[in-house]
Amino acid sequence: MLNFLEPNKIFSITSKAPKYVFFLFVIVLSIGLTEALFLSPEDYKQSHSVRIMYVHVPSAWISLGIFSIIAFLSILSFIFKNKNFSLISKSLAPSGFVFNIIALVTGAIWGKPTWGTWWAWDARITSMLILALFYSMYLLSWKIFKNEEKAVKVSSVIAILGVINVPIIKFSVDWWSTLHQSSSVKILSTTTIHTSMLIPLVIMTAAFTLFSILIFLMKYNTELIKIKNKGLDRL
Amino acid sequence: MINEIFSMNGYGAYVWSAFSFTLISFASLFFVTKLQFLKERRKFVQKFGLLNVKEIRTAKSQKINKEILDGVLNSKI
Repeated sequence: MLNFLEPNKIFSITSKAPKYVFFLFVIVLSIGLTEALFLSPEDYKQSHSVRIMYVHVPSAWISLGIFSIIAFLSILSFIFKNKNFSLISKSLAPSGFVFNIIALVTGAIWGKPTWGTWWAWDARITSMLILALFYSMYLLSWKIFKNEEKAVKVSSVIAILGVINVPIIKFSVDWWSTLHQSSSVKILSTTTIHTSMLIPLVIMTAAFTLFSILIFLMKYNTELIKIKNKGLDRL
Repeated sequence: MINEIFSMNGYGAYVWSAFSFTLISFASLFFVTKLQFLKERRKFVQKFGLLNVKEIRTAKSQKINKEILDGVLNSKI
């Protein structure tokens, strides 16, 4: 049933795709940066500091999205015992972790001019820090356990436990009184952000998504070659 | 005009440092991932060179091995 996921079959695509994704990423990022830094208007309250939103928000969204995908694939790898699911998860984790760190650091930089502090033990910020800890544990589990079967099991358990934190991050601003503002971009109800700011935000999100796809493809190809290296040893 | 772009009403230091941190993180992750990829591929080519004729024939019967070797010749990124 899952034959189409056979790494040997998809390598011909994943090995050629990075160059196209890279060029597309450079184009979309250039447009996004021009919009975010120069063309979009300043906020009436936050002035130019609002521009930090264009790197902070997409990073937070993508780090949450990637962790959710990792957890979903971990559940699938438990059910179907398909090695490729754990290989995909392992290749997604580095970019998810870096986006998580970017969200935390740019959030701190944005916090200073708007809240007057770099850091607060606020529900949203603390739960994002916990997500970074789960990412670290997930990545470390692949480094620590040399036995692959054990590494798959431990990393999957970490991802499944960690995903409980994802809805907590999402709803933390509604459940608790926090310094962090509630979301302005909504899927199910009306978005409260003006189009002139929404467009650069969407473009930057597209650029960041392309970057995470690029890193995923490069990492996935590396993992496949690693497996093939072990295969050559057995010849 | 240029001063205005850099100072951003006094918020320039925050805005530029947030964007710089993001782009430096991107570049670092890209180069680290690229180095890991090149290291594994170099290892693969070295190991392939040590195989005997029969082993090379067996290894080349797998499409993916041929594609990895082709990648060494055609890679741009």
